Amino acid sequence: MSVASDAFGGPAPPGRSRADLSSEKTHILGDRVFQGLTGAMAGLVFLVLAGAALAMLWGGMLAFRTFGARFIYSADWDAVNHRFGALVPIYGTVVSSAIAILIAVPISFGIAIFLTELAPRWLRGPVGAAIELLAAVPSIIYGMWGLFVFVPFVASDIEPWMSGHLGVLPIVGPLFSGPPIGIGMMTAGIILGIMVIPFITAVMRDVFGAVPRELKESAVALGATTWEVVAKVSLPYTRTAVVGAIFLGLGRALGETMAVTFVLGNAHDFSLSLFMPGNSIAAAIANEFTEADSPIYVSSLIALGFLLFVVTFIVLALAKLMLVRLGQGEGRQA
Amino acid sequence: MMGTRFARRVALAAGAVAALCGPVAAGEITGAGSTFVYPILSKWSADYSAKFGDRVNYQSIGSGGGIAQIKAGTVAFGATDKPLAPEELAQAGLAQFPVVIGAIVPVVNIAGVRPGQIKFTGPVLAAIYLGVIKNWNDPILHKLNPALRLPNAAITVVHRSDGSGTTYNWAYYLGEVSAVWKKDVGAGTSIQWPVGVGGKGNEGVAAYVNQIPNSIGYVEYAYVIQNHMKWGYVFNNAGRFVAPTVAAFQAAAATADWAHSKDFDLVMTNAPGPAAYPITATTFVLMYKQPKDPALSQSALKFFKWSLEHGQPDATALDYVWLPPVLVKQIERYWAAQIK
Repeated sequence: MSVASDAFGGPAPPGRSRADLSSEKTHILGDRVFQGLTGAMAGLVFLVLAGAALAMLWGGMLAFRTFGARFIYSADWDAVNHRFGALVPIYGTVVSSAIAILIAVPISFGIAIFLTELAPRWLRGPVGAAIELLAAVPSIIYGMWGLFVFVPFVASDIEPWMSGHLGVLPIVGPLFSGPPIGIGMMTAGIILGIMVIPFITAVMRDVFGAVPRELKESAVALGATTWEVVAKVSLPYTRTAVVGAIFLGLGRALGETMAVTFVLGNAHDFSLSLFMPGNSIAAAIANEFTEADSPIYVSSLIALGFLLFVVTFIVLALAKLMLVRLGQGEGRQA
Repeated sequence: MMGTRFARRVALAAGAVAALCGPVAAGEITGAGSTFVYPILSKWSADYSAKFGDRVNYQSIGSGGGIAQIKAGTVAFGATDKPLAPEELAQAGLAQFPVVIGAIVPVVNIAGVRPGQIKFTGPVLAAIYLGVIKNWNDPILHKLNPALRLPNAAITVVHRSDGSGTTYNWAYYLGEVSAVWKKDVGAGTSIQWPVGVGGKGNEGVAAYVNQIPNSIGYVEYAYVIQNHMKWGYVFNNAGRFVAPTVAAFQAAAATADWAHSKDFDLVMTNAPGPAAYPITATTFVLMYKQPKDPALSQSALKFFKWSLEHGQPDATALDYVWLPPVLVKQIERYWAAQIK
């Protein structure tokens, strides 16, 4: 005699009818469909990513084949003689993003700590709302503000001061020398830094707020100061999310187009000085794509896009590596 | 009752969809290309459709885009600031004719220098853009401008960051007056600039020149007028310093050698006339000689005929320069001969 079984294979509890059992079977089917659907969506992400990368690799094939490895380190950008090289755009993208992160991370960290630990309760709401509003400002507004308000200030006050005081130092001098035109790598880096602060701050604030109170209270009970609680309890606990937030901001800075093209100067010149104009991958593509009149020109621009993919991928890989190394350190202390 | 109300709503929706997605409305002429002509083409098409009903739909996607779209046959005409060579036109089966004139004016931002004070020659402009003349108090500039007190300041050169017909004509002119420029840089819608920062569009160059002290840039005539920029004289082929005025641009168009150009393939810079402004440029329209839709092509030609013959007030209002009547007649003869 077969015993009616419930959905999990065990004997059906007494009093369960066939209708109940069949609805449980539908639930299994529903679960499987749900699993399948969500799995398909996750797979779609991979497909889109792979598709975009492959499409750009395909489009840039002509450039890679014509110039070979020279494409990555050549500073040429000559549309008349069909000679292109990605050094200047890659350098500009990396340097302006690095400056942006150098500025944004300490500031975001400070804002997040202030909002979660130090600020009086009535201040947290308005400051939090202001941060979110800053995130919603379109990037082209940052570019326009940068060009019309910030650039003259940089040209008349900041750059002369820096070239006078920092331009004469032995090793870092060349970084801070040059005519103070205001438009350049440093200004672009500062504007980008201001743009990514809201993103990093928002994530940091959320994760610092999610640190369990018991952990913090235990540390305080052992005599830790506020700073020690933050540095030795909150930060290690939220390490993964903090690094993730920083790389989210970095990813935003790497791909930013309009704000950068207003203040970076769009000059295909390689120069060590941060005061000089440069170019970034996104700005070069946005500026030149519609009028690119030869196949090698279009292919070079698409190849630039593919290289941006590669740069972002390398940056993410470094992030993962850093997280793994930090995690290893933690195990040993226990 | 529900059925008829529902049926009526469906019919209404279907009709709306059909109206939106149906073929291009009869009488709508499509074009694409140069951003420079977009304002004047919009004005002409608005006035033309008010008078005659046919509408012109122009997309300003850049000269490169215009050439690509007309070659793909998706538009009735393309507009480009850089003329195509007769061989390329013959290969694609296209006809080409000029439609409006613009000029490129050097502008500066130097304290104490007002519009119409500073004087340049072609070789001096080339030297500045090559980075050979680096400072405003260079003796060559002082010799050209003895009355001006030019400061001891580095020149910041401003050029275009995007590909543009304005750049093409400017670079072509510099190549005509400087052998070094022609050899080292050449002419193109996008070139390898030896020095300087790049602004996006004429607006970008104007903004940079206004923001950066001791800078020099080049912009279309309309921008100089509308933004009250500090323009300079340019020394022309006949040996005179000429101010950028409508009369000077028309003098250049009248004396340029259109009669001997095949398919109007002529860059008008450095025109020989005594009153000619040397950096004058034209925008060209491309149309098929044997179009797939002859009726649409003839509508487009009627639009251009009206614009060339009656569009002068619109052009003046927007600071464009219309073609001289002699050139208009030559264009109409070309249409009759080339476009079926």
